[in-house]
Amino acid sequence: MGGSSPCASCKLLRRRCAKDCIFAPYFPSDDPLKFAIVHKVFGASNVSKMLQELPEQQRGDAVNSLVYEANARGRDPVYGCVGTISYLQNQVSQLQMQLAVAQAEILCIQMHQDKSYFLQNDLLNIPIPNANSFNKESLYGHDMVS
Amino acid sequence: MNSSRCAACKHLRRRCPSDCIFAPYFPSNNPRRFAYVHKIYGASNVGKILQDLPVSCRAQAADTLCYEAYCRIKDPVYGCAGMVSVLHQQLNVAECQLATVKAEVAAIRNDSAALTVPTWFD
Repeated sequence: MGGSSPCASCKLLRRRCAKDCIFAPYFPSDDPLKFAIVHKVFGASNVSKMLQELPEQQRGDAVNSLVYEANARGRDPVYGCVGTISYLQNQVSQLQMQLAVAQAEILCIQMHQDKSYFLQNDLLNIPIPNANSFNKESLYGHDMVS
Repeated sequence: MNSSRCAACKHLRRRCPSDCIFAPYFPSNNPRRFAYVHKIYGASNVGKILQDLPVSCRAQAADTLCYEAYCRIKDPVYGCAGMVSVLHQQLNVAECQLATVKAEVAAIRNDSAALTVPTWFD
């Protein structure tokens, strides 16, 4: 019975895949492209150093983000991930502007409704009662005598 | 004559040739810039990336490589990809907020169309 197959990194680097190979958990042999792109952009040696400097529980996330950045750089050799960041920041700004416009529209509609309501009050000539002028004499013209 | 080496060649401790690929983008007065990219990408990979690009694009590529390297040094787990993730979340939140406010605008418009003036003398 032969040993386990080398990971994608060791296959590409043409070396024996040690039991404690730092790449093996994250670059399985069934996905050779994943390591290929990371190696092309960052270099195996640099990736190894970066992973070794991290606690084990963070290495999976680190590899995923390195693969993401390497793919972005592969698609866009000039701007890489920074191009994506720039695009998303622009999208967020545009949405925030649209949000501000929509919120201002609500305020305008509400102010218009309030104004219309008070204008209609004036047209009906309804006096606004004054507490000081409200007494029985003014209503009945004389004191009520039972 | 004392010809000054670029930051890359100083860091790599080598002679800086007249056609050095790094010299236009890694001047000697900013050694950190090259130190960052060298730590993350390696001089050889940076050189290959720049060589494969037309000259007109290389300055921009060098800047973005420096930025990504700096982000990776600051955040060794997520690097620049972390910022992309945060921005996607912000985008989702902003889209939801906009949809809510637009629905509110539509509702208010419907209400104001149906609004009748109260008549107190009926």
